[in-house]
Amino acid sequence: MPEQVIFGMEVFLNGLMAGVLYALVALGFVLIYKASGIFNYAQGVMALFAAMTLVGIMEGRVPFAHLINAILGTKIHHFGWHVNTLFGLILTMLIMLLLAVLVQKVIFKHLVNQEGIILFMATIGLAYFMEGMGDLMWGGDIKTLDVGIPQGINLWIDETTYNIFDYGFFIDNLDIYATVIAFILVLALIGFSQYTKQGRAMRAVADDHQAALSVGVSLNFIWIMVWTLAGFVALVAGIVWGTKSGVQFSLSLIALKALPVLMLGGFTSIPGAIVGGLIIGVGEKMFEFLVGPLIGGATENWFAYVLALLFLVFRPQGLFGEKIIERV
Amino acid sequence: MLDSQVTQTTADGRKIGGVMMEMKNITLRFGGVVAIKDISFDILEGEIRAIIGPNGAGKSSMLNVISGFYHPQDGEVWFHGKKRPAVKPYEVARQGIARTFQNIALFEGMTVLDNVMTGRLTQMKSGVFQQALWWGAAEREELENREICEKVIDFLEIQSIRKTPVARLPYGLKKRVELARALASEPKLLLLDEPMAGMNVEEKEDMSRFILDVNDEFGTTIALIEHDMGVVMDLSDRVVVMDYGRKIGDGTPDEVRNNQAVIDAYLGVSHD
Repeated sequence: MPEQVIFGMEVFLNGLMAGVLYALVALGFVLIYKASGIFNYAQGVMALFAAMTLVGIMEGRVPFAHLINAILGTKIHHFGWHVNTLFGLILTMLIMLLLAVLVQKVIFKHLVNQEGIILFMATIGLAYFMEGMGDLMWGGDIKTLDVGIPQGINLWIDETTYNIFDYGFFIDNLDIYATVIAFILVLALIGFSQYTKQGRAMRAVADDHQAALSVGVSLNFIWIMVWTLAGFVALVAGIVWGTKSGVQFSLSLIALKALPVLMLGGFTSIPGAIVGGLIIGVGEKMFEFLVGPLIGGATENWFAYVLALLFLVFRPQGLFGEKIIERV
Repeated sequence: MLDSQVTQTTADGRKIGGVMMEMKNITLRFGGVVAIKDISFDILEGEIRAIIGPNGAGKSSMLNVISGFYHPQDGEVWFHGKKRPAVKPYEVARQGIARTFQNIALFEGMTVLDNVMTGRLTQMKSGVFQQALWWGAAEREELENREICEKVIDFLEIQSIRKTPVARLPYGLKKRVELARALASEPKLLLLDEPMAGMNVEEKEDMSRFILDVNDEFGTTIALIEHDMGVVMDLSDRVVVMDYGRKIGDGTPDEVRNNQAVIDAYLGVSHD
């Protein structure tokens, strides 16, 4: 087999893995958008906040240490204990739950029936608030997150491919784990929304508010639940991306990468977020590999957005989004 | 209904009990517009109660007051002998009051069966964590509720479209699915907002039969709004007539038919 084809296969595989990570972020958007029609600009910051909180808790950092020190003149920073991963995860999930309740009670409860753009503006405000709050609570330094996911080259794949093609593929262990985690998460989410009472209520709210009320669904409760779920998804995305590149401000910018994924997959489809993520991930890697050298490279920066633009022109509802039909 | 609660029996042998719901001096305003003006009436257990009137008379507003979508500025709603505070629509649903909508409010993206299953939400007890983990009661509950839904689906003769997404159904069937969803919650009081609007004669006959059967077989109390006078007179035990937000008549179909104010409202009066 020619070297170029083998190398292309490796690029393809890596593209798939990257796509899974994009899909993880896009999922959080879809959950909230489906149930409440809110485009949550803060999804990326939620991932950052969740990852920061997890690091802070596991390392036993004192929340608001800088603030306390500045006011009281003390010099506290750590409690001096370490929390294990599982317990840290549970505590972080509880904080994400609390956050969901606050977001609903303080902000969106008062904005029911407002225009989409107003809800969107509110989430921009929320994003900046959470960004500041995260820094205030846990400090603005770059943190390393280690929840025990192995990193580095997967030797088994390297060896196997070397035996077959005489060329070892470089696949990161973290990417493999991320893929497995993402698939479990998606299956769990689909199972929850299809086969449980609350999932059914969630779909009902997404479909028709009035009808949902008439069958006894509390919109408030469902919205809190959806924000909580989006918070959990953000936590998973934050863990994976945070492990990969450190917990720092740039983590919140992954939200921008999720946008083209949503354009492709449609804002309302969970499978769409997955497929969209994979297409973007593979597409940008393959494009860089095949076309990049001809036009000077660095295509990864814009490929996803141009693809999204094409979709906006020719298929605005995305691949899996609900078709926009106007009955006359 | 216990036998001791039965206060009267209709000509066709159905049992009617005491007062289930009582509206006392309800006034509802939207800004300067008075939609309902000082209306009182009651609904007896087991009866079919119709609300009729010309367009814009305030009938739907009245139904929305009963189901908690609107809150009247004045007046009281009494349910099962207790004054009801200003409750949210979902709380009303949980008290056993189901409804359908004039313009059909179904979950278009879901199948017929899923739509009917949402009717069971008020009856399912297991909490969010049990459900998320599919724990113990959750699975059994799902199966039990499924069984009840299948019965309702059989009853309304929509077996053949169980798995069809609602968006694909014709209008008349959508109306029937909406009724199925309301019935699935095993309501004490069923509110129907123009259940036969826009239907052809055959569909109307089917729907009338279903309404009568529901009342007869399950003893469900029904309050309905309808334009078709023939249908109303055939179906209902008692009729409230509204016009311009006021009550202009209340009684059996025969009494209402001979009421001069009602005749004027429907046929108009000369102003010379």
